[in-house]
This record gives sequence, C-alpha cells and structure tokens, in this order.
Amino acid sequence: MTDLLDKFGPHMERYEAMMEVGTDALGLVNEKILSPTRGIINGKETILAGTNNYMGVTLDKTCIEAGKKALDDFGTGTTGSRIANGTYGLHRELESEIASFLDKKHAIVFSTGYVANLGMIAGVAGPKDTIYLDADSHSSIYDGCTLSGARLVRFRHNDANDLAKRLARSKGEEGGRLVVLEGIYSMFGDRAPMDDFIAVKKEFGFQLMMDEAHSFGVLGPNGRGLAEEAGVYDHADFVVGTFSKALGAIGGFGAGDHPFFDAIRYHSRPYMFTASPSPASVATAIEAVKLLKREPERRERLRENSTRLFDGFKALGLDLACDVVSPVIAVKCKDEPSTIAMWNALLDAGVYVNIALPPGTPINTCLLRCSVSAAHSFDDIDQIIDLFGRVVAGGHGLDQQG
Amino acid sequence: MSTSDKEIFDKLSGLLQKFNTKNIELTETTDISTDLNIDSVAVMDFIMEVEDAYDIDIPLNVLSDTRTMKDLVKVVQSEIG
Repeated sequence: MTDLLDKFGPHMERYEAMMEVGTDALGLVNEKILSPTRGIINGKETILAGTNNYMGVTLDKTCIEAGKKALDDFGTGTTGSRIANGTYGLHRELESEIASFLDKKHAIVFSTGYVANLGMIAGVAGPKDTIYLDADSHSSIYDGCTLSGARLVRFRHNDANDLAKRLARSKGEEGGRLVVLEGIYSMFGDRAPMDDFIAVKKEFGFQLMMDEAHSFGVLGPNGRGLAEEAGVYDHADFVVGTFSKALGAIGGFGAGDHPFFDAIRYHSRPYMFTASPSPASVATAIEAVKLLKREPERRERLRENSTRLFDGFKALGLDLACDVVSPVIAVKCKDEPSTIAMWNALLDAGVYVNIALPPGTPINTCLLRCSVSAAHSFDDIDQIIDLFGRVVAGGHGLDQQG
Repeated sequence: MSTSDKEIFDKLSGLLQKFNTKNIELTETTDISTDLNIDSVAVMDFIMEVEDAYDIDIPLNVLSDTRTMKDLVKVVQSEIG
C-alpha cells in the first residue's frame, strides 16, 4: 500500500529545517492584538509590518460596534449558503455599498477573497472559453481558472506584448476570452501596466477582470483600485476584491455593469455551495466601506508611509522586488536559510514581516515582505527601517541582536 | 515534411537544460517534474519556452496529463501537426 502522505517527506524536512532556526514562520501565533500595528508575539510587543491591514481599520470603534450589533441581532453564523437561507439584509446592504463605492451597477459578496476569485472566474468563464492569466497570478486565480474548465493560457508577467502574441495565436477559438490582471501583485508589490494592456484589449477584444485585492481602497482617486488610478476604469469589465485587507474583515466581492451579472449567482459553485459570510463580518465590512469613503485621507497617509519605508530601504541599499512605491514592499534575499535566519532576527528584534519562499514567489525569489498600514506612525516606519538596517543590510548582522 | 519525434525530443531537451540544474539524463520516460525535481511554477515556465519555440499554445489544462518527455513530444506534435 502506498501511504498517501509519503509524498510530503521532503516538505517536512524543509519545514523541520526552518523550525530548527527559531519560530514557526508558517504558523506564527499572535498572542494578543494591541492595535492594527502592534501585537504580542512570543510574549513580546512587536511592530506588525506584514498584515495587509492597509487602512488600519481592524480595531475601529464604529466597525466593532456594528459587528457586535450584528451578533446580537442576527447571531453567530448564517448556517447556509446564499442561495438557501444564507442571504440576510446585511449581505444585500454590503453588496449595495460595494457597488456604490466601485460605481458599478452590480456586486456580489462571497465568503472569502479566495472564494471571490474562484466564484467570479468560474462564474463567468466555462469550458468553451479561454482565460489568459498572468504568470505571477495569485493561487486563487489559478484555482478559479482550473475550476472553470476553460482553456487556460499563461502569459509572461506584466508583459502586454506576450499577451498579444498569445491572443494572436488563438484566433479562431470558439467561446469568450477573459484576461485576468491584478492591481498590485501580492509578493513583489508591482502593478500591471494598464495602458499597454488596454491597448491590447482594444486590438484583440476580450473581457477584463481586475483583481484589486491589494489595491481596493488603496489606489485611485476614489480607492477603486489600479484601473481607476490608471484612468482605464471603464475597461474593467469585472472587479474582484477582498474584505480582508483594506476593509479589515473577511469575505470578498465581485462587481460589474453587465446586465446579466446576477446570473453569476446561479452558475458559480463557490457562491452556491458554501456558507455565506457571518453577520458580524459583513456588518464590519459595511462600516469599513463607509469609513473609507468618509476618510479618504487614510489613502494619503498610507502613501506617505509607503514612500517613507520604500525610501528608507533604498537608502539602506536593500534589493527591493519592485521599483514602484506601493504598500507591499518586499526585500529580496540571497537564499532560503539566510531568509529564515533574518526573519527570525527581525522578529526577535521586535518587527513581524512576512517570509515568502518559492514556489509561492515569482522566479524562485526568497523575500522578506512588508505591508504598510495607514495606521503606522512615522516612528513605526523609522523603527522598521532601523531594524532592517541592523539585521538585513548590516551584513546579515544576526550577531547584533540582543 | 513533418518534424520527427526525435527532433522534437532534442529541441525540448535543449530548452529544458536551464531548468535541469542537476543535469539528470533525459529519456522518453523522464518525468519532467518529479525526476528533475522542479516545482510546478518552473514546469509552467518551461512550457512557455516550448510554446514560443514552436509558436503554439499548450494550455495549462493539458499539463495535468503531460508528465513525461514522451507525453510532451506528443502534445507538441499534435499542436504543430
């Protein structure tokens, strides 16, 4: 008999090698959350610089009060899917808020951001269609594409000419064509060159889905994401995003103007066959959307913080994964052992960042990935720069730790 | 005149060299992922090189059934055929 888990042997060896160095980077425990930018980890107060909590709304009083009220009024969970008993007034209200925020006619709420990509991609594309996806797409996009049964063609990352070449090859295929792009790519923090892609869209004709998971609330004059910032918002046929970053909750959405948009509700398995998001989570997301509308200055604050961290890292001579400032700022490291060692040293010194290793990263890169929050103070940012300077830039100065 | 399987195999072997960091000898039965110990992303990157070398599309859906060099030769042969 073949033991089903035998194949994981090499993975466990890799994991054990990581554990020998220090803390479990893949199962880090936040013992207490003190603020959107501070937590207790390993019994010690730590600056949180890897939480994707871009707008710092997780502990906002109005959001928390709305969540508590929803718990009181509607209970802990919906115990059903959206097409059965799992649609409450709150879900409809959130859909309406999201549609209004995005200036799209329709929006659908999903249970997580991951599920939103699965639900939207498999909801709009089917076996007769072709999906063109960027090579560096998030796993949820890959998985949504697989679930759709569509013909899947991968193009080189952020390379509109490469997409054009592949579209040209496929002339004559039956079915629709969907291109999926991300506003901010989660690992490197780089963004799609929208003008180039829209030129290809005009030449070849396809429908465009923008995954604005990391750019919703962050980019654009109204926080609608990269397509808005680039001035090509009308070309975003579908917008997908998550509540678990700028909105500080959990859940995801898809939005669009198509008159048949609501048909996705009856064709998308990830929408139909999972429980709807809990009332408390939906209620906090509603308040968070309102808050982002009410306080656009948070976007400006995030931009300032991101620029400060980016410039600080540049001044240290760190090798950054991307040349454009965004709230995702990733430092390239030499190899897996040194990345793990530096991650532990940073944690010991009082700052939590994400560790990102292949194959979860593009081109076999090992990264120490920071995500900036509007809630960080300049002092926080300066401390992060200082600690990176001591640990990472200082010749991997692990001996400088206390 | 059609391209022979041997010609395709040789061309694929050449394209695969930069991913075959351990210099494992390639045969028809070599499993591109497990025998060469390269991850799924690297396999997809290699396939992109193959697509460009032949100016064809090899949709990702086809890859789940394409494990060995012989399988891939067959896929390329059918696409260029």
